[in-house]
Amino acid sequence: MDKYINTPITEEVTADLKYGDYVYITGTIYVARDAAHKRMTEALEKGEELPIPIKDATIYYMGPSPAREGKVIGSAGPTTAGRMDKYAPVLLDLGQKAMIGKGKRNKEVIDAIIRNKAVYFAAVGGAGALLSKCITKSKIICYEDLGAEAVLEIEVLNFPAIVVIDRDGNNLYDMV
Amino acid sequence: MIRTINVNIVTETIKDMCIESNYHLSKDMDQALKKAADTEESVLGKKILDQLQENLKIADEDKIPICQDTGMAVIFMEIGQDVHFEGGNLEDSINEGVRRGYTEGYLRKSVVNDPLLRENTKDNTPAIIHYTIVAGDKVKITFAPKGFGSENMSRVFMLKPADGEEGIKNAILTAVSDAGPNACPPMVVGVGIGGDFEKSAIMAKQALTRNADEYSKLPHIRKMEKEVLEKINAFGIGPAGLSGSTTALAVNINTYPTHIAGLPVAVNICCHVNRHTVRIL
Ligand code: SF4
Repeated sequence: MDKYINTPITEEVTADLKYGDYVYITGTIYVARDAAHKRMTEALEKGEELPIPIKDATIYYMGPSPAREGKVIGSAGPTTAGRMDKYAPVLLDLGQKAMIGKGKRNKEVIDAIIRNKAVYFAAVGGAGALLSKCITKSKIICYEDLGAEAVLEIEVLNFPAIVVIDRDGNNLYDMV
Repeated sequence: MIRTINVNIVTETIKDMCIESNYHLSKDMDQALKKAADTEESVLGKKILDQLQENLKIADEDKIPICQDTGMAVIFMEIGQDVHFEGGNLEDSINEGVRRGYTEGYLRKSVVNDPLLRENTKDNTPAIIHYTIVAGDKVKITFAPKGFGSENMSRVFMLKPADGEEGIKNAILTAVSDAGPNACPPMVVGVGIGGDFEKSAIMAKQALTRNADEYSKLPHIRKMEKEVLEKINAFGIGPAGLSGSTTALAVNINTYPTHIAGLPVAVNICCHVNRHTVRIL
């Protein structure tokens, strides 16, 4: 089913999402991938604050190509989510509600999704040029030294994604 | 007769190839994807393949990379033995081409200096370069930037000779099925059979640079390519791993003589953004 949703993606929003739903997401989301997740986890271990407001946050696993002059962003498709499996449960337990990536997740992540009434979306891998059109604003908020792996805050408008794992733990990839 | 080539030409050529490969798919890949969009049986699969068509169009018109993972630069240099390079070090000139291509082409810099320390080199160097010396006075450059979503799902199997053809097919099917949605299907599957440990892997990578509409010249291997492709597509993994009849666009197998005790099989998985361009100097 096609659904239009807005961020923040809260428990009320995830209650209405079922695996296989085709959604269009609008609002503010955060972008982080491997190195940024490692740093955020280290920050937590040291008792420091996270650089992003984690409650009801949506994190898009992505590292864009550089923007041309006058453009918001470069190519901007999802990266493989499984590499974030080690870090995701902690963030979900702290309030993160949605993840956007591509590919399989492990049991710990699925358990954390169920426990926190969260959701995992897949965007189409390798469609970074197309997806960049749905990004209307982008700014680096921290870890600039990581280059393509810096943490971004972006605005998306009708960003297409598919519910792969819903808050009950139903997994679309398993139905294939 | 010795032919002299200035390394600046190599740098310029590599720079252009970085940009071209990342903005446009080669004709064979373009056609394979078009054909898939026409034949895909699942509704969602077809929708995704149509989006990939749209994606290619935007990449071309807006001069933006097809995929944000513009890859690690993999380069095959086939150098005629009558060629002499002047004007500097060849390897440096290749890396300079990568540096300029990735910077001037707004391509993502995805290389870290050390696998453990992991500091980004910020210019996508160094490249991975495979040199072969061949007859003649030409230089053939094949540029194939490789994304790591699919690279991470690649495997080397050291099979026993007794495992035979069945063992090989199972190895390929296992790698593809494990890769599933992680490798951004529809995939292209490069396979290297024979040689030794590293030879099989390099053959598998090189197999990915073969045109998607070409088959092996060896009849028994060609038969296996077709059979394995059919089996992969029967998995139903489909575009983006969301089910469908298009899981792979091609299975390309290269072979080499091997040892009496061995049967190495390397499976190098590539996504639908299987970039490869060729230039001859
Ligand atoms: S696997 Fe290929 S299509 Fe997918 S993100 Fe990596 S380079 Fe892009």
